[in-house]
Amino acid sequence: MRINMSRQRMKDPFILKVEELSGQDLLTCYQCGKCSAGCPAVSQMDILPNQVVRMAQLGMKDELFNSRSIWSCASCMTCNVRCPKGINIAEVIEAIRQILLRKREDHVKVEKMTAEDKKDVPPIALISCFRKMTS
Amino acid sequence: MKLSYFPGCTLKNHAKNFEDSALCALQTLGIEVQELSRWNCCGTVFSMATDDLIHHLAPVRNLIRVKEAETDDKVMTLCAMCYNTLERANQRVQNDPESLEIINDLMYKEDVKYKGDVKIYHLLELLRDEITFPKLKEKVVNPLKDLKVANYYGCYLVRPKEVGFDDPENPVILDEMVSALGGTPVDFPHKTECCGAYKTVDNPEIVAERTRQILSSAVRQGADVVAVSCPLCAFNLDQRQKQTLQIYPDFKNIPIMYFSQLLAIALGCDHESLKFNLHYIDPQPILKEKGLM
Repeated sequence: MRINMSRQRMKDPFILKVEELSGQDLLTCYQCGKCSAGCPAVSQMDILPNQVVRMAQLGMKDELFNSRSIWSCASCMTCNVRCPKGINIAEVIEAIRQILLRKREDHVKVEKMTAEDKKDVPPIALISCFRKMTS
Repeated sequence: MKLSYFPGCTLKNHAKNFEDSALCALQTLGIEVQELSRWNCCGTVFSMATDDLIHHLAPVRNLIRVKEAETDDKVMTLCAMCYNTLERANQRVQNDPESLEIINDLMYKEDVKYKGDVKIYHLLELLRDEITFPKLKEKVVNPLKDLKVANYYGCYLVRPKEVGFDDPENPVILDEMVSALGGTPVDFPHKTECCGAYKTVDNPEIVAERTRQILSSAVRQGADVVAVSCPLCAFNLDQRQKQTLQIYPDFKNIPIMYFSQLLAIALGCDHESLKFNLHYIDPQPILKEKGLM
């Protein structure tokens, strides 16, 4: 895939928003892949965590918004503690989720959950799920 | 030392065994804790987006309650997620006076303006740093002799580094506690691997798979039980064994216990406080086999 970069493109509002919400400097990443090597959720991911950062650097928002990966991450912070460049990858993924959630694009539809879905599940699970996957 | 106690959303229902056993153990150790007279859910997860201040109100409001309780501005939690959320929110406002001012403004009806000056303890920290493990050992009346315990730390006791109170890659605090109680800690490679957390709601199959990986690893190391410090880990690793067994018929069940239940048994607490009826895999057969009940 060919991607043409330009000074203009580096100022894409999506890239700036991800950097603002995550508090991270995306260009710090040098693609060592350590985040993906230790991530316990990679088996459910279509885009690996290091690729999420790369795509965010390049402003590939549609690919990121439609990926399974941003919802597979449960913010366990393993990538953050291992990144040799000190990037909080979990915060980058949170920022992408937040951009969608702030447009009311919920990933979990609470109203469609049945009593059976919620039965026996403790409040700590329901609240954290709704906090991370609904607006 | 005067201490407030913040229970959190799940300790009064699904994790009543965690609360009762911990409070009984604390009483035996002579530590008095006073439950906050008013408290609210901490939100369970820390708000990671830089501009999302509104979700810090829940944890900070609880810290205001601690200030009002006049317990030397100290609060203890049992749940690893509550500990993490309260501590991270506390650090956020300590390091960012501008955010603190906005958060205080949003809670203008509170009598106390929060200043970031509450100290938050997890019970394990209290055991290690205030009571100390050698002193704990002296109080043991029912040593966990021959009980092999795989200690599962999960995520929120140790990550991120700024709030973790042990090494994020190789924590040992639970192992040290188990040794002090006379048990045998069993090291296993999955001790800090995420259980899938809230994915248990929208994708329980993923959690069943993680449960298989984590628990099989503990079983391979010869563990009799797995100890946890988080009600969500406990739910996933215990209750989801049902689904795990449906997917993997050769999966070997193992009981999950809160570290506080081990503490309560070793300190000779009333068995009423253990509430094993809340468990899916009953720990009583193995405990009876080891002569601990």
